[in-house]
Amino acid sequence: MTDTLSDWNLLTLVGADRPGIVSRVTRVLYGLGCNLGEASMIRLGGNFTIMLMVSGARPDAEILDALAPVAGELGLRLHLDPLSGGLHQHLLPNIQVRVAGADRAGIVADVTEILAGQGFNILELESDVAGERERPVYIMNIQGYSDQTIETLSGALAPLTERGVSVDVSPVDVLIG
Amino acid sequence: MAILDILKLPDPRLKQVSESVASFDQVLRDFIADLEETRLAGPSAVGIAAPQVAHFQRIVILDLSGRPKTPNHGHLVLINPEITHWKGFAMGREGCLSVPDYTGNVIRATQIRLKAQDADGVEHQYEMEGFEARAVQHELDHLDGLLFVDRVVSRRTDLHRRKVYK
Repeated sequence: MTDTLSDWNLLTLVGADRPGIVSRVTRVLYGLGCNLGEASMIRLGGNFTIMLMVSGARPDAEILDALAPVAGELGLRLHLDPLSGGLHQHLLPNIQVRVAGADRAGIVADVTEILAGQGFNILELESDVAGERERPVYIMNIQGYSDQTIETLSGALAPLTERGVSVDVSPVDVLIG
Repeated sequence: MAILDILKLPDPRLKQVSESVASFDQVLRDFIADLEETRLAGPSAVGIAAPQVAHFQRIVILDLSGRPKTPNHGHLVLINPEITHWKGFAMGREGCLSVPDYTGNVIRATQIRLKAQDADGVEHQYEMEGFEARAVQHELDHLDGLLFVDRVVSRRTDLHRRKVYK
């Protein structure tokens, strides 16, 4: 199993989106004998982005050299960084924070500063700008772990509501069946 | 009493559809006791289904009695269970004894009406909501050879899809 390999790398690829990027890249990695671990691919602003755990069965230079032709052809920028840790290190969230408001600079810093002050550990964060172009709305969903109660967190975030940002704190109840 | 082995993904037997229970006898009661012991031996699962221990009969144990803040019917043994009505839907995070170290988002009905027999073969009707309704749907899926990983959706999935007007 790949988990016995402690030498994971984190491969980051960014570029203009088009069909077939994942298959081309992973085929090269497979050809090198690399294993893949956890991955997160998403389009951001119409761009292709992926972060991918790649086991370091090969020297970094060899992985980068092998990917260079594909990256060049597809116009992808790539990074390969050593990664401490490994698989099977999941933490389960117990709190969800939903934020929405007229888009303005500083919403993320305001919300996350308050959460950090409460010892809230953000495990997942996704955000988007919705609404009309003239009236953008910033929407953010956070899932994380906190020992504080819903009431305590809601109370700490309440000042934001007064400033026109809607913040909802709710439990994440993971069902094990 | 015995703690039974739990089948884990990718064991193909988890895809098997279970048969209805016809005999409500001591053999059934003994099996239910083993199934309960197995549930309690593992990580705090609120439910377990017979096929998870390679016993392909339509038997589920559900126990939300430890969650006083969640509307629930306590400890239930559900034989030949059948959902007769569904209402509403919500996304929630699920994990499974048969899928260690993975959780994912699944869309389930928020209110259900359930028909099931107990260990003596007596039929009952239940109105369930929220977490208990979710747990029942998760366990009943096992009886039909489905796992929650067969239903996982991306966290970006739009729960309230825009209507498409023709």
